[in-house]
Amino acid sequence: MDVGKDLVAASATPLVLAILAAGDSYGYAILKRVSELSGGHLQWTDGMLYPVLHRLERLGYVSARWATSERGRRRKYYRITRQGRARLAAQQRQWRVVDATLRGIWMEASLT
Amino acid sequence: MTTFQGGEGLEAQIAQWRAFLRRRQAIHGSDVEELETHLRDQVAALVETGLAEDEAFLVAVKRMGSLDAVSREFAREHSERLWKQLVVAPDDPGNADATVRIEGIVVLCFAVAAGIAIKLPALLGQPFVVDDDPNVFYPRNATFFVLPLLAGYFAWKRAFHLPRAAWLAVPFATAAVVANVYPFTGGSDTGSLMILHLPIALWLVVGVAYVGGRWWAGSGRMNFVRFSGELFIYYVLIAMGGGVLIGFTLMMFAAIDVDAEWLAQSWMIPCGAAGAVMVGSWLVEAKQSVIENMAPVLTRLFTPLFTLLLLAFLGTMAWTGNRIDVQREVLIAFDLLLVVVAGLVLYAVSAREPDAAPTAFDRLQLLLVVSALLVDALALAAIAVRITEFGFTPNRVAALGENLILLVNLAWSARLYARFLRGRGKFAALERWQVTYLPVYSAWAAVVVIVFPPLFGFA
Repeated sequence: MDVGKDLVAASATPLVLAILAAGDSYGYAILKRVSELSGGHLQWTDGMLYPVLHRLERLGYVSARWATSERGRRRKYYRITRQGRARLAAQQRQWRVVDATLRGIWMEASLT
Repeated sequence: MTTFQGGEGLEAQIAQWRAFLRRRQAIHGSDVEELETHLRDQVAALVETGLAEDEAFLVAVKRMGSLDAVSREFAREHSERLWKQLVVAPDDPGNADATVRIEGIVVLCFAVAAGIAIKLPALLGQPFVVDDDPNVFYPRNATFFVLPLLAGYFAWKRAFHLPRAAWLAVPFATAAVVANVYPFTGGSDTGSLMILHLPIALWLVVGVAYVGGRWWAGSGRMNFVRFSGELFIYYVLIAMGGGVLIGFTLMMFAAIDVDAEWLAQSWMIPCGAAGAVMVGSWLVEAKQSVIENMAPVLTRLFTPLFTLLLLAFLGTMAWTGNRIDVQREVLIAFDLLLVVVAGLVLYAVSAREPDAAPTAFDRLQLLLVVSALLVDALALAAIAVRITEFGFTPNRVAALGENLILLVNLAWSARLYARFLRGRGKFAALERWQVTYLPVYSAWAAVVVIVFPPLFGFA
């Protein structure tokens, strides 16, 4: 089962922010983490992650810096900002509402 | 399919992919680097799971997604990038390019030098006159304040060795001697002609410097044509900006009762006019890959309009039966018309893909050239009838010579166009003809500068 395109797009921001809230990361590692967390059900086109990251950077939710990894590869690392954490908290509340509503209605549906 | 062995094949594939990505306007250099790191990470991870490198590369590229879709997303996020950036900045601001900065400083020095060159004689007591009176220092030497510096800039930029750079100085020195030694009489026509033709003759020397000394090799000449057109457009734009600056200077100082006219007239205008040539050249050089060339765009715009004008003119002449009224200036007016048409052809050629099939625009170009030839033939016939009456003055011989040179160029271009449209010739032949013909203009200008004054007794 693959998650539909609209849902993938909608969940991109909270997912990326949540992953970055756990620690600084870079594009490839973020994608790998998404894949692990979703058990492979959330399939992102790799190239699409970067425009998302750049948008978050422009909005001030993440900051970016270039650094060289221990294996000598130059990478762009992203870090969540205070604004980003606030945004993540707001998104969490919204998703909880959606989640709770859906659970509620499905529960009713399965009961009747 | 080729199988790649070892890391070299992978590197080549990645380099190819990177080059492909770089062509996307919306994706900048640092983004390409970021995506490339991702690709390499992905390939490395796939190789660890047991895939061969070339397989891993294919899978990684596939997972990256279609480049069109990705670059569309980038474009949505960075819409400003589609408006190509007009400020000269290196691709990656974190990795500021030292050569760009050095060049900026060098250009600034050249521009200041041009400003000083134009002011120095005035400070040493020469009257500053903007006129075509050849008996005054300034108009005689107007060409020498800027063009040698421009040639010098290109000699520096193309890393000329000193002996070769010295060769560039020879024509300038010769011209300077000629311009200052010839004993022109008061109100001399040959003197005015010399002042007008000096920059045309010496522009070729700038061209030789521009192409790095190899005038006959490769595509350098056409690039110089493009450069000249763009420089003209930049110069006009800079001049307009300068006009606004001067306007504000006068207005603001007038508001506090200080007269700033001397500042504008004897400093801002001459120094700005000289320095703008250097700055404009640098901008054209720095921008040539970034913004679309303007000269071809204007050509596309005005080719149909000029064709319409010429056809309407011919039609009206045929309808009314009116002849061309041969006034004093009529030859010069038709010369200028041919210059415009030749310029339209030249810049249309410069922007055209030589291998493309004939298009409607090519037919229009041919129509433009043929109608211009017809109009000019009518004008020349009218002039020829009365040339004995007028006699041969230097102005008339110069104008006639220019007319002839442009006529030859356009007639042969029309022939090559016709051959190309009928599928008998290649477009490249037309391009070659146009660039080969360039020195003829300068050679004729040199004749006017050097031969005319003694020929007509410096009158």
